[in-house]
Amino acid sequence: MRYQPIDQFLTTLPADKRASVYQSTKATHEKRTKLLFDEFPDPNHLRRIAGEIKQHTLENLDTYLPAVEAKMKANGVKVHWASTAEAANQAVLAIMRARGATKMVKAKTMVSEEIELAHFLEKHGIEALETDLGEFIVQIDGDHPSHIVRPIIHKNRREIATSFEREGLGAYNDDPETITRRARQFLRHKYLAADVGLTGANFVSVESGRLVLVTNEGNSRFSLAAPKCHIALVGIEKLVPRDRDLGLFLNLLARSATAQDLTVYTEFISGPKLATQPDGPEEMHVIFVDNGRTEVLASECREILRCIRCGACLNVCPVYRQVSGHAYRSVYPGPVGAVLSPLLAGERFATLADLPKASSLCGACNEVCPVNIPIPDLLLRLRNKAKLENVPSPGTPPMGAWALMASQPTAWRAALFGGKLLDYVPAKLIPVPAMQAWSAKRALPAWRGGEFRKWLKARASKRT
Amino acid sequence: MLNAERAPVTGKRVQLMATCLCDAFYDDVAAATVEVLEHLGVEVLFPDGQTCCGQPAFNGGDWAASRKVVRHAVRTFAGDEPVVVPSGSCAAMMFHGAVLEFEHEPDLPEVEALGRRTWELGDFIVNGLGVKTWPGRFDAKVALHRACHTRGTGSIAAALTLLNSITGVRVVEFGEVEQCCGFGGTFSVSFPNISTAMGALKLEHLRAAQPDVLVSPAMSCMMHIGGLAQAEGKPIKTLHLAQVLRDALKAK
Repeated sequence: MRYQPIDQFLTTLPADKRASVYQSTKATHEKRTKLLFDEFPDPNHLRRIAGEIKQHTLENLDTYLPAVEAKMKANGVKVHWASTAEAANQAVLAIMRARGATKMVKAKTMVSEEIELAHFLEKHGIEALETDLGEFIVQIDGDHPSHIVRPIIHKNRREIATSFEREGLGAYNDDPETITRRARQFLRHKYLAADVGLTGANFVSVESGRLVLVTNEGNSRFSLAAPKCHIALVGIEKLVPRDRDLGLFLNLLARSATAQDLTVYTEFISGPKLATQPDGPEEMHVIFVDNGRTEVLASECREILRCIRCGACLNVCPVYRQVSGHAYRSVYPGPVGAVLSPLLAGERFATLADLPKASSLCGACNEVCPVNIPIPDLLLRLRNKAKLENVPSPGTPPMGAWALMASQPTAWRAALFGGKLLDYVPAKLIPVPAMQAWSAKRALPAWRGGEFRKWLKARASKRT
Repeated sequence: MLNAERAPVTGKRVQLMATCLCDAFYDDVAAATVEVLEHLGVEVLFPDGQTCCGQPAFNGGDWAASRKVVRHAVRTFAGDEPVVVPSGSCAAMMFHGAVLEFEHEPDLPEVEALGRRTWELGDFIVNGLGVKTWPGRFDAKVALHRACHTRGTGSIAAALTLLNSITGVRVVEFGEVEQCCGFGGTFSVSFPNISTAMGALKLEHLRAAQPDVLVSPAMSCMMHIGGLAQAEGKPIKTLHLAQVLRDALKAK
């Protein structure tokens, strides 16, 4: 392979998909920026505070996790710990089996994508239905989400209408309102028939043991309202220390993710229904999922665990805007995914070691991150890790000879004069891959090696 | 480490880090930098052993190779004068990138010290020397490219301060200024399709604004945007900030 896989992927994308991903990410990013800067005198200050709170929490997980477990137990919640994806899936299955449950409705949760829960449950004869509209469409198409917040950013309404027709959800109609209404009618019965509702958690307050869920469709609320059992899958990094921290995080999350002041639905769940409450789940389980997170915490890229999955870095990223999510071959795409996915891959790091290279290191991701993750620095660390582990990197020029020259002034000066060659040989004919990659669409400036030094010397001799 | 808030400098002598790009392609930018600094009464020293800041290998992931080059820079730029560099990217390498790749190295303090002394040219003029207006004349509609590695530094604000103060300069805005031009060092050759697609977008925005000249605090972006435009057969005029400042002086 001459170039990087993500670069090759671009050449397979139809122009209209590229254009629509570009337009919608750009629009969300611009609205986000306007909203934050119109409403807060210094949003960057808020991002820094939020980053510090998350970093503090991560660095004290050893005390916060037992503390939140105790609080949740006191609230009547059953707490489980899953160190791997397999363990998390088994924990869900065990809860379902103990209740004789066969039907689950799922709210959107990235960690369930990460552990491939729906596939796992289906293999065990359990219906696990996605209720987020985007995830529902992904599910009926046997597709994968391509954005953290907007899983079907890669699809247009004509494709969706075709899928709905195929699934027997009505005759072809690509009007978005009709599509939404049909999904709603179909799902409504599913909620009522479900045995278990599964959600993630956007935040968990250690102080109160409350889970916080945000959606715009109300599907997580409905997933909790009808079934008798609620299971929440929660990555161990989701904690915040206090209830009052949620004010900051909810304000930042909605603005960063969807350019809203607040999501339409925000739920605070502290346990199963009380005896005095008429409705709600009788049983509530929280499964804390590690699945490689403690390894990340022990690495030099631990800041990535601050991530609150808003997708702002995807929306601003010039590379994501071109290639969209599937290019990243993993659950988490874009700048955050380019850091998180290879790390969570653990021993399979090498298979995703090209992701951190898919960045011009422009730093836009860091500028928009609501928890101020230094994403470019982490991408660079992972590039170095790949080099140290001898992972091949197609298209990256070797640096050894260059470093040797650049640390020896005599060799360097000789090369400056030697480069004159470039003026006589067309760059496209020079058998250096980097040169060919450059000159397919870009001209090189004329070689002027050593001219500045000559100018300086001539000037100095004139003056003396 | 970012250099956004540093104390102004007092001495009137600097070391020039010309950058490998100016050494190889853009000699006039380095010459303009010398003339601009001398106009301000600053004595410019040029350590002859200088090569490169080490960024290509740093970004390429070969930190061991990059550290070799940075160590060479630390030796070459010994002393306590400010180091002025006509590139926001090389400046950021010195005060941020190099520090990152030396975090476990015994000579980190020397690298940090060099980083603290290193200034991008515009940042040095405005925030280092406290010069906020520029004399002379430059009759042009100017678009200022926000070279990405100036994020979090004072460079862009400084460049705008200087440009806006020059008689005849009209700074024009263009779409998505915060978006990268697609250069990204080794990225430009290992991701050529994405890189050139990003560059094409940048060109589209620029052409819509119809500036007479595109100005940048770093030549790497100009090499990319300019090279792309030239290969399309529709070249655009690009200048480094130093060249605009120097040309303004000459037109006085």
